[in-house]
Formats: sequence, structure tokens, C-alpha cells
Amino acid sequence: MAYLKKSPWIIHYDASSCNGCDIEILACLTPMYDVERFGIINTGNPKHADIFVVTGTVNEQNKYVIKNIYDQMPDPKVVVAIGICATSGGIFRECYNVAGGIDTTIPVDVYVPGCAARPESIIDGIVKALGILEEKRTAMISGTPREQPAPAVLGEKPAEVHQ
Amino acid sequence: MISLIGAIVFILLAPVIGGLIAGIDRKVTAHMQGRVGPSIFQPFYDVGKLFEKEGAVVNETQHFYVISYFIFAIFAGALFFAGGNLLLVVFALTLAEVFLVLGAYTANSPYSHIGAERELIQIMAYEPMLLLAAVGMYVVTRSFNMSDIAGYPGLLVLLLPGVFLGFIYILTIKLRKSPFDISTSHHAHQEIVKGVTTEFSGPNLGFIEVAHWYEVVFLLGFVFLFFAASWLIGIIAIIIVYLLELAIDNTNARVKWQLAVKSSWAIALVLGAGNIAILYFLGRV
Amino acid sequence: MDISVQLLLFLILFPLITALFMLAVRRDAERGWIVKLSALAIGAVTVLLLVTRFDAGTLYFGFNAEPVNLLMFVLEMLISVIILGFAIKFRNYLVIALTLVETALILWFESAATPAVAVKSPLFIDQFSIIMALIVGIIGSLICVYSLGYMRHFYLHHTGIPDRTNTFFIYIFVFISAMFGLVFANSLIWVFFFWEVTTLCSFLLIGFTKTEEATKNAFTALWMNLLGGIAFAAAIVYLTYQPAGMLGLDQVLVSGKALVLIPAALIGFAGLTKAAQMPFSSWLVGAMVAPTPVSALLHSSTMVKAGVYILVRFAPVFQGTVIGYTLAFVGAFTFLIASGIAISQSNAKRVLAYSTIANLGLIVACAGIGTAEAIWAAILLIIFHAISKSLMFLCVGTVEHRIKSREIEDMNGLIVRMPRIAAIMTIGIAGMFLAPFGMLISKWAAIQAFIDAPFGLVFVVILIFGSALTLFFWAKWMGKLLVITPDAENVEGLVDTNEWIALVSLAGLTVVTCFIFPVISAMLIEPFLLANYGSVALLSQDNILIMVMMLFLLVLLPLSILLPHRKHRTLPPYMGGVPATPDMHFQNALGAKTEMKLSNYYVGPWFGEARLAKVGICLCSVFIVIMFAAAVVGGGIL
Repeated sequence: MAYLKKSPWIIHYDASSCNGCDIEILACLTPMYDVERFGIINTGNPKHADIFVVTGTVNEQNKYVIKNIYDQMPDPKVVVAIGICATSGGIFRECYNVAGGIDTTIPVDVYVPGCAARPESIIDGIVKALGILEEKRTAMISGTPREQPAPAVLGEKPAEVHQ
Repeated sequence: MISLIGAIVFILLAPVIGGLIAGIDRKVTAHMQGRVGPSIFQPFYDVGKLFEKEGAVVNETQHFYVISYFIFAIFAGALFFAGGNLLLVVFALTLAEVFLVLGAYTANSPYSHIGAERELIQIMAYEPMLLLAAVGMYVVTRSFNMSDIAGYPGLLVLLLPGVFLGFIYILTIKLRKSPFDISTSHHAHQEIVKGVTTEFSGPNLGFIEVAHWYEVVFLLGFVFLFFAASWLIGIIAIIIVYLLELAIDNTNARVKWQLAVKSSWAIALVLGAGNIAILYFLGRV
Repeated sequence: MDISVQLLLFLILFPLITALFMLAVRRDAERGWIVKLSALAIGAVTVLLLVTRFDAGTLYFGFNAEPVNLLMFVLEMLISVIILGFAIKFRNYLVIALTLVETALILWFESAATPAVAVKSPLFIDQFSIIMALIVGIIGSLICVYSLGYMRHFYLHHTGIPDRTNTFFIYIFVFISAMFGLVFANSLIWVFFFWEVTTLCSFLLIGFTKTEEATKNAFTALWMNLLGGIAFAAAIVYLTYQPAGMLGLDQVLVSGKALVLIPAALIGFAGLTKAAQMPFSSWLVGAMVAPTPVSALLHSSTMVKAGVYILVRFAPVFQGTVIGYTLAFVGAFTFLIASGIAISQSNAKRVLAYSTIANLGLIVACAGIGTAEAIWAAILLIIFHAISKSLMFLCVGTVEHRIKSREIEDMNGLIVRMPRIAAIMTIGIAGMFLAPFGMLISKWAAIQAFIDAPFGLVFVVILIFGSALTLFFWAKWMGKLLVITPDAENVEGLVDTNEWIALVSLAGLTVVTCFIFPVISAMLIEPFLLANYGSVALLSQDNILIMVMMLFLLVLLPLSILLPHRKHRTLPPYMGGVPATPDMHFQNALGAKTEMKLSNYYVGPWFGEARLAKVGICLCSVFIVIMFAAAVVGGGIL
């Protein structure tokens, strides 16, 4: 039985975000959106986590931290980049201190663009990540080498308008 | 009288019951917070997931400590439900806890280390009351054996109200509920990340989780012992006590360990020892 | 002569012969052979004694002891002269005064003694003596073997001072001889003589390194033990004036309690000083400056056990009296307070010293309560504590020589730097507080005994709280040892073979005695209880079975670490995401290189020595005063 899909624990890291996306992520845990229904727990410990939820851009200081947290997560794991800054660097992309989105440091599985990304998009992104997590688990069990599937980008389909 | 049946039933059923209790715990907590919460089977999914993860470790000895904690936690509970000696049960449980603490120490990690120290302090805080509860039961029933105590023809809680209240107090510590979840907790409010369990991952964490379920079932069994003369009252008591713990958990912030220790010792002395002393004075024993 | 008497006399006299040989030894190799052969002989004879005598009950050896008594008197005077000599040399007026008082008392009872009070059977042997003899013979012998390696290393690294290893062994073997004499003596005068010899040996051995601190602490030990000696001598004076003479242990124990309250209180006091109970605990802590074998032999497994030994002997007198209960309170509060102080200590030997004081307090509490169950617990405590504590001291000595430190914080990660020693230390520490090892079994027995005794609830509460405290300081030490620091270097290679022999044997003994304690109980302790109390105490069969199961698991489970298994991916510890080197150096927020240091909690503000010791001293002094008051008033039999 596939338990990974039913019990995804996340670790949330704010790389150099303005905290906008972070507030939206934490909003998902509030009674309004309540992602704990899906078994999602925000654990602050990479060793306990399955999904790495990152916001903000990569710079000189935090790229080691991002890499470290990613390495300390046991397999199978997925990375979800929340917000346009994490996806590609956003409006700070050309700044001298910014390397770009998270995928400049670690392989990203799901991109959730937005500024700030809405809780509905975030939840959607995490649900997509669950599917990828399952694929990785089957790959891990069958011993096939870990290949990065093409990252899913939210918004390929026309986004529903949430007002 | 040691009954192997009791032990076997415990070993087989306790994870199921413990997991369900954990699930109901999360559901009720969610409703207290105005949320929907996960399914009551969620803890089983959690543990299942943990066993599906890669077994990465910080060092090669971690698995031994976790397995030892697991085995002795089951041993203690099984001994209890087999009708064994309460003191030995408490000592075996302490042995299990020490293994968990040692496993946390080996990781050489700051959060794990502080979690381990706090776990030891926790044990130091609740052990007097736990042993006094066993002593109180002996003083009334003249036996340390769970089978004899369970067979006592009267509600023990009527003679041991102070001991019972003291036990409830330290139950909060043992169940890792606020305000005494100082070494690790299931909730997100961790100033030391996950404390004792920080450096355990995957299957090891799964074993720790299941061992905690076994412990919870044993602890609730101990609560039941105060009401053992009437099964119905006992079960109602367990439910009320657990809901009370949940309410306390959700309405309190964590305290500093100094307060946890001082208050636990004071309660043990006043409520626990005091209750037993009064029994002696009244000549009821 | 009966074979038993021959064995007895061998045990008392043979170590003296070894000591004599030590005067002539020149080379390490010779010394090694003499010590090892002697150790083997002593150990073998104690086992032989056990095998030939364990089911033969109590035996008294009557003979005309006048020549020996005379010799003892001469030697006692000699001891006084030696002590006076040292005291005058170092201008310690307190010791001078106390020695003069004690000598006066000795002269008093010698002159007041009439043939009527002579003890007919000065020597005897019973199951408890055999147990004590086994402790002295086996553990003592192993410590002697250990000392060969330890002292050699000691002088190798202190090249400035003259090599006095021969003198060291002379003192040790004289001490061992005195201990044997003490546990086989029925005449209280003989017990007193051997008691004073141990005081002298302790003084000489604590001050062995001749540093200023050692000399000061040696004199502290001396005056406190002299106080006890004076009390003992006073008890003998009192008994000398009793009609029909009651200078034999057997006579005292069968007489009516009311007759012997005063000597019982006095000898109880003597036992308290010898066993370093509060308010006399500072001498044991100060004695830690001595070389480690001294701490292991005298100050944890044998000499201090002499103090509790005499208290356990007198337990039938103490039972149910105010004297007994006050003694028990002194012991119980010492247990509680010393355990608390141990939490705040970071020096390994001080932790061990306070733990010893605490456990002796527990034994004293059992002896003061004096019921059969309590004595059963007391004897079990004596056995298990002697083994585990001496093992711990020897380990700390070996570790100290390798890592040049006695601090627990410096033992961080010892399992990587000295794997086998750390494993043995873990067994030692586990033996002190974890189920199902010996000390826990004994504490369990003590809880059971206290709860069944009249007014026992107070002692149960004290025991329970003290037990929680001991768990904290042992477990955090154990945790420190087991930290896996990946890059540390293994420095175990140079540990001396003699030290290994002793350490491994004691570790093995720790585990084996846990397995066979029901046999020891059935063979030795229960017959002793039956003879002296008319009833026995024991743990039920079921519980014994369960503990054997636990022990089995505990022995098998660690072997799983050695099994070959699939290597898992190794992750570094979590440092908040900051990358760190394997030896835990990292770059902090300001960009500077920092090292992570983890240390144990010592909780000084709660458990600090200065604060708690004061409480203990005041409290226990009050109880001692009450004890003497009750004895003098002549009542107090409950």
C-alpha cells in the first residue's frame, strides 16, 4: 500500500523570501484550508520530511543551507518551489546577489508560481508533488536509478480564478 | 499470577488501539481548533510511510538503541497486562526510555542532545509519582502484582484520590502533551526542532512511534487500574482522562523544565505521599 | 584444627607475608609475580572457603586468645604512636587530641578487663562473613592485579618522585589482611583492632602521593575515623563493665536490647563515620586524591563496607528502636542528598564518591530498619555495589591515564576513542541503576522492605526520590560516553594487560552475579537471615524468571551491532541547516568559524555541593544527637 501519498510531511524553508509566500504556506495549515486533512504535517526537521517546500531566491549564504537540508532528507523526497522567486528568481532575478530560482541548487519537482502564491495553488502543487513522490518511491523500490521526471509547472492548464 | 494470554493480546492489539487513540487524538484536537483534521487512521499511514522511507542514519548504532527501546517498551507493557509486578514494569519502562535517550545522545547533534537531557529531566520528574502510584496500590491491596490489584473488590480511586490526581498530572508528561512536552512533541512548536527524535528518520522513527503507542496503551491501562472493580466506570474514566489531557494540551503553552520538575515533585510529595500517609493514619491499611 | 580455621587464618595472615616480601622486592617482574600469585591464592582460598562452608551454618572457634590479645594491644599502641608521630610532624592538634583520647580509652578497657569478660570464641564464620570475605578476596585481588599496571604507569609519568610502589603494596596487603580479620572476628576488641588498622591504612594511602592536598585530606579522613574509633572504644569500655562480659558479637546479639542500647548507639556512630555518612561525608570526597586503586579498594568496595558491615551485624539490636530509626534516617537522607550533589559534579571521581556515599546511606537505612527483608536488601546492596563501583573506579583510572583528565565532559565520545573500555564502563554504569542489574534489584528489595516495616513510608518516599536523582546523573554520564564522534582517534592501544584482566573480570562478574543472585540468595543470604531473624525474604520465582529474560535480551541485543548488515546512507546531524564538518565545526552567522560543544546539565543552583551538603550535615547531625539521647535515656524501644 502506498502510504507516502497519505502522509506527506513537509519541511518549509524560507530562502530569501519576502515572507509573502511563507505566510500563504502557513495559511494552508490554518482552519481555513487545513491541509492536515491530507496528513500533511509541518515538521521542522529534514530527516522527518518528504516534501521540501522552499520559497525565495538562492543567494551565496543560503545555497549551502538549501543543499544541506535537501541532502539530509531521506529518500524518496520531492522539492516544491513556491512563488515566482523560488521558481525563477522573480523580480529579483537580475540582482547581483541573487543566483536565481531554487533549481540552480537542487532539483525541483514542482513549481508553483505566484507572487504571493495562493493557498489553493500551493495545495494543488503539493498534491502534484505527491504523485511524483509515488513515482520516485516505485523507482526506489525497483532499484531503477533516480531520474528526474520533467517538473510539473502549475498553470499549464488555464488556472481557475479563485476570488 | 502471570498470564501469557494477557501479554500476547497486548502485543498484538496495542499498536492498533494505540494508533487509533493517536488518530482520535488528532481528530479531536483538530475539532477543538475549528478544523476538520485527518482521518483517524492517519497515524497508521504515517507509520506506514516511515517504513517506506530510506533507512538513512546518523551512525550505525542508532538502530540498536531504537530496537532496544521498542522491545523493552513492549516488554514492560506486556508484563503489565500479563499481571506482573508493577515495580518491575516501571523499571522495565525506565530501561526502555533510557535506550531512547542514549540513542539521541549518540547522534552528537545539538538538538538531539538537549532533547536527551530534557528527556532525562522528564524521567526524573515523573518517576517518583509513578513509583508512588505503585506503592499506593500496594498499600491498599497488599500486592504489587497487577493481577491482584485488578482483582481488588473496590474502586481503588476512592482510597487513592490523591495518588490518582498525581498520576494524571504526570500522565501529561508521559504522553508528551503540553505544558510538559519539553523533550519532544508531535506538534510544530519546537524550539529544539524535534528534540529527542531529531536525528531518527525513516523506519527508526516508525519504531519509536509504535513504541510510544504501546506506552500509551499501558498508561491508559494503569489509569484503568484505579477503576478496575467496574469495567464500565474504568472505560469511561479512560475516555474522560484522555479528553482531559487533550484539553490541557490544547490550552497550555509549554513550560520550562524547572517548573515541570518542581511541580511534579511537589505533587508527588503532597498528593501522592500525602494520600498514602493519610491512609496509614486512618488505619485503613 | 578444623579446615575452616586454617583457611581463616590463612586469609588473615597470608597477605601479611606478601607485604613482608614487598620489603625485599627490587624489580617490576618479581613484584608482578608476587602480587599476582598472592592475588590468585587469596581469591582461590576465599572460593574454597565458600565451597567448603556454605551449608555449614555458623561456626565459632574457641581458643585461648590471651597472647593474641596482648599482641593486639601492643600493636594498637604502636598505631597510636605512628599516628601521633604524623600528627605532630604536621601539627594537626585535632588528631593529636583525638588519638590521646582514644589511647586513653584503650588503656582503660585493657586495664578494666577481667578474665570473666574474655571472649571465648574470638573468631567465627557465618554466611555473611563468607560474603564479605568473597568481596575482599575476589574484588581485592583483582584490584591488586590492576594496581600493577596502574602504579607502573603512574610512576612512568611522574618521574620526579621516588618510586614507592613497594610501600603501596605493603599498605594494600596489610589492609586486606585487616579486612579479613574484621569480618571473621567475633570479639569486639578484635573487630576494633582491625578497624583501627584500616583507619591507619586509609590514612597512609590517601596521603600516599604526599602532596599538600593529599596530606590535608588524609588528616580529614583520619580525624573523622578517629571519632568513630573513640565511639567504638567507648562502647567496648561500657561493655567491659557489664556482668558476664558482652564483648563478643554473639553475646551482644542475644542479650536483651535494653542492655546494649548505649554500645549499639556508639558502634552505630562508629559505623557512620567509617561509611562516610553525613555529616562525615567530606572525608570520602577528599579521599579521591588518592591513586585510583585506593579509591576502588578502600573507598568503595571494602573499607567503607566495614562500616555498614558492623551496622548490619547489629541490625537485630537496632530493629524497632529509636536508635535504629535515627540511624535509618541518617542513611536515607544521606542517600537523597548525596545523590542530588552527584548531579552537580562534573569530576568523575567525585560523582563516584557521592554515589558511594549515597548507596552506603541506603545500606545504613536498611540496617537501621533491621527487619529480615531490609537486611536481605542490605546484603544484596553490599554485594552489587562493591562489584559495580570498584569496576567504575578502575575504569575511570584507566581512562584518566589515557585522556589525562577526570572530567566527564572530556569523556565525550569515549566509545570511539576507547571502545572496549567505554563498553565496560557502560556495563558498570548500567549495573548501578538499570533494570535488571544488581543495584536495581537491591533497590527494589529495599522498597519492598521499607514498605513492610513499621513507619516505613517515609523511607520509601526518600528512596523513590533519591532513586530518580541517581538515574539522572548516571544516564547523562552514560550518554556522554556513547556519543559517536566520527573523526576521533582510537587511543586504547596502550592499556596495560593487568588492567585489562581486572576490568574484564569485574565486568563479567557484574553480569554473572545478576544471573546467579537467586543462587547466592538461597545459598548464603537466606540461611543467614533464617539463623538471625527467623524468617526469610525473597523475590518471587516469576519475577526472577522475568529478570533473567531481560538480562538475556540485554546481553544479546548489543551483539546485533556487530552483525554484518547493509550499510545505510549516513546523514550528518541537523544543525539548523548550517553545513558542519564531521567534527562539528561550522560557519556562524558572522562568517567566523565556530565549534559546537555539547555539555551535560549540572543544575548547580539546585544541586550544588555547598548548598546541599550544608542541609545534609545539619539534618543528619540532628538525628545523631537524637540517637544518642535515646540511648542515654534508656528508652526508645518501640
